[in-house]
Amino acid sequence: MSDSNAPSLYASREPIYPRRVSGKFRNLKWVIMIVTLGIYYLTPWIRWDRGPQLPDQAVLIDLAHRRFFFFWIEIWPHEFYFVAGLLIMAGLGLFLFTSALGRVWCGYACPQTVWTDLYILVERWIEGDRNARLRLHRQKKLDFRKARLRVTKWVSWFLIGLATGGAWVFYFADAPTLLTDLVTGQAHPVAYTTMLLLTATTFFFGGFAREQICIYACPWPRIQAAMMDEDTLTVGYRDWRGEPRGKMKKKTDDSAPQGDCIDCMACVNVCPMGIDIREGQQMECITCALCIDACDDVMDKIGKPRGLIDYLAQSDEANERAGQDPRPVWKHIFRPRTIMYTSLWSAVGIGLVFALFIRPEIEMTVAPVRNPTFVTLSDGSIRNTYDVRLLNKHGEDRPYRITLVGDGALRVQLEGTPYETVDVPANETRLQKVYVIAPRHSDPAEAERTPFRFWVEDLTTGDRAHTDTIFNGRAN
Amino acid sequence: MVDKKQDDLDYETTGHAWDGIREYNKPLPKWWLYTFYVTIVWGIGYSIAYPAWPGIKEATPGLLGYSTRGEVAAEIAKVDQANAAINEKLASAELTAIAADPELGSYAQNAGGAVFRTWCAQCHGSGAAGAKGYPNLLDDDWLWGGSIEAIHESVSYGIRNETNDDARFSEMPAFGRDELLSEEEVAQVTNFVMTLSGETPQDAALVEAGAVVYEDNCAACHAEDGTGDRYQGAPNLTDAIWLFGGSYADIRETVWNSRYGVMPSWTERLSEAEIRAVATYVHGLGGGEASE
Repeated sequence: MSDSNAPSLYASREPIYPRRVSGKFRNLKWVIMIVTLGIYYLTPWIRWDRGPQLPDQAVLIDLAHRRFFFFWIEIWPHEFYFVAGLLIMAGLGLFLFTSALGRVWCGYACPQTVWTDLYILVERWIEGDRNARLRLHRQKKLDFRKARLRVTKWVSWFLIGLATGGAWVFYFADAPTLLTDLVTGQAHPVAYTTMLLLTATTFFFGGFAREQICIYACPWPRIQAAMMDEDTLTVGYRDWRGEPRGKMKKKTDDSAPQGDCIDCMACVNVCPMGIDIREGQQMECITCALCIDACDDVMDKIGKPRGLIDYLAQSDEANERAGQDPRPVWKHIFRPRTIMYTSLWSAVGIGLVFALFIRPEIEMTVAPVRNPTFVTLSDGSIRNTYDVRLLNKHGEDRPYRITLVGDGALRVQLEGTPYETVDVPANETRLQKVYVIAPRHSDPAEAERTPFRFWVEDLTTGDRAHTDTIFNGRAN
Repeated sequence: MVDKKQDDLDYETTGHAWDGIREYNKPLPKWWLYTFYVTIVWGIGYSIAYPAWPGIKEATPGLLGYSTRGEVAAEIAKVDQANAAINEKLASAELTAIAADPELGSYAQNAGGAVFRTWCAQCHGSGAAGAKGYPNLLDDDWLWGGSIEAIHESVSYGIRNETNDDARFSEMPAFGRDELLSEEEVAQVTNFVMTLSGETPQDAALVEAGAVVYEDNCAACHAEDGTGDRYQGAPNLTDAIWLFGGSYADIRETVWNSRYGVMPSWTERLSEAEIRAVATYVHGLGGGEASE
């Protein structure tokens, strides 16, 4: 088997040095990069006054107190379905965009793409455009210039990585305080570890792994294939117009048929994935559309119509080969599949907004104690115990009154106090043991199960909440 | 013999062909291979640093001296250290002031619950509802008193045990077995006792004679009106709660053979803070009484 002819089973990564390109898609990508990075780096620094005792950070995941703050919204652990709902919306949104526009997420908004784009930009500023970078790469000798450029580049990348890992931890603690702690070395080790890990991954993924992540590590491109169909708009090459390709010839010696493609390699040189789009739609393509910009530029220069490389749907190919016009873009986008995804997405969104507005200000959960189901007291009366959790979402302590509505024989008694009122501390859940007692020989005492309703009232605001539960009698 | 060929579209193939189907050469990235090697090296290093290779008696200990047991012990020591201050405070606080102090009360409730589930639940049940012969701690009936001080004493020294001289002690005579009462008299007094708590006696004709037997033999401890005596742990016979059962047969058995419930003393096994915590927990189960 040791055949020298055998192809290697392993391949080294060929570094890709995309050429600078300008055009409408490149501009769109710049805008998206600025907006997404801006949101990521700046959000933790937005302040939001919530009054005393509550954090004044607009977006904060407070793991210690198990709260999620988002501007005016405050999510408690038992309301985690809001987060689940947002994740479902994110999923459906990805389905929608993928079925309409292919890997548009990969090409424009994915953090791997955005940070890689940023790293390539920094690389170009420091080492020059594609040809200069290629020359530097091929230069075997490590002279002062190469060392200086490499070190400058790596330090810049590292600083970006540090800012990225740093911004992440600010979402979990008060940003100004944490920044001071981080700088003075007083922050929690978890903060440093997280920062270090994200700095390292950003540095290596954005600087060295780049397209390898998309091709070999990320599962999303494989899943996406299931959501695309013949109407999905992806980046494609009009080979029926471009082929046969060849160097541009003078009109006079035009003997052989000649396509619009002049084989200038512009589309290949700008590609961050290092592929040739003219070979058709392929696994590596993230549809970043930079080849469209590059080709349109060339077509303008040689006086041919734009769109040799373009957003194309598979169903257009047959039409265009037959000399017909492609279907208009809106017809590709509005079809049952995308309409269904949009409807589902909106339904979940409307449901969440609705749920957000009907959230009660006070909440009560009642857990009947089943061990034992009831207790016989010395006078023969039957007592049930309930673990009642009272939730106070206000910034100040509130007195809550607990009462019941049900069989007239039942009465409430609170553990540890002769009154029917308890104080619930600000922003906390209080566990109060509540006894319900039925006198000897009364109906609930003798029956198996008697339903009744607990009421809790915030004596300050008059807000009320109730929970239905069961009283277990001797017949159990 | 591998024949490296190009296919019709100029893609490199591996040269493998099955029924005319050729395989594209799509080699694995080298960094993936190297990552695999790194995991192997890491695995070897890990198995040297941590307990890993099984032997006849035990696994190799690892250079770092790590063990899960050690980790648990360290965690427990850390918790103990963190609780040392509040345990000290608990052990020296006024018994009656524990529940009223928010911090101390909450700590005692939780720590006491843990102590209860570890040491007390075997007899009294995990929900403290007890069983026949093992008192229900949820109700408002107490043999030796339900104040925090009385509960603290019961837990500390126990009941009728032979290991602690301070244990609470009393003994009911076995009236039938020791022939203190005749079979007839036992039947009479059993019927009378049933009427004390409002139950229907088995034979109403014997009640009147039973009252006389009761007065002569039982009232000294259980009191003339049957309400018992907590100094002797003599149960209240007028309430609805029967530790050993309230049926005719149960009560007759109690009178005939007596009962002798034993509870161990806990001062030898639990710290003062733990005893106070579990006393606070039991006091808060629903039947706790105010101190006198």
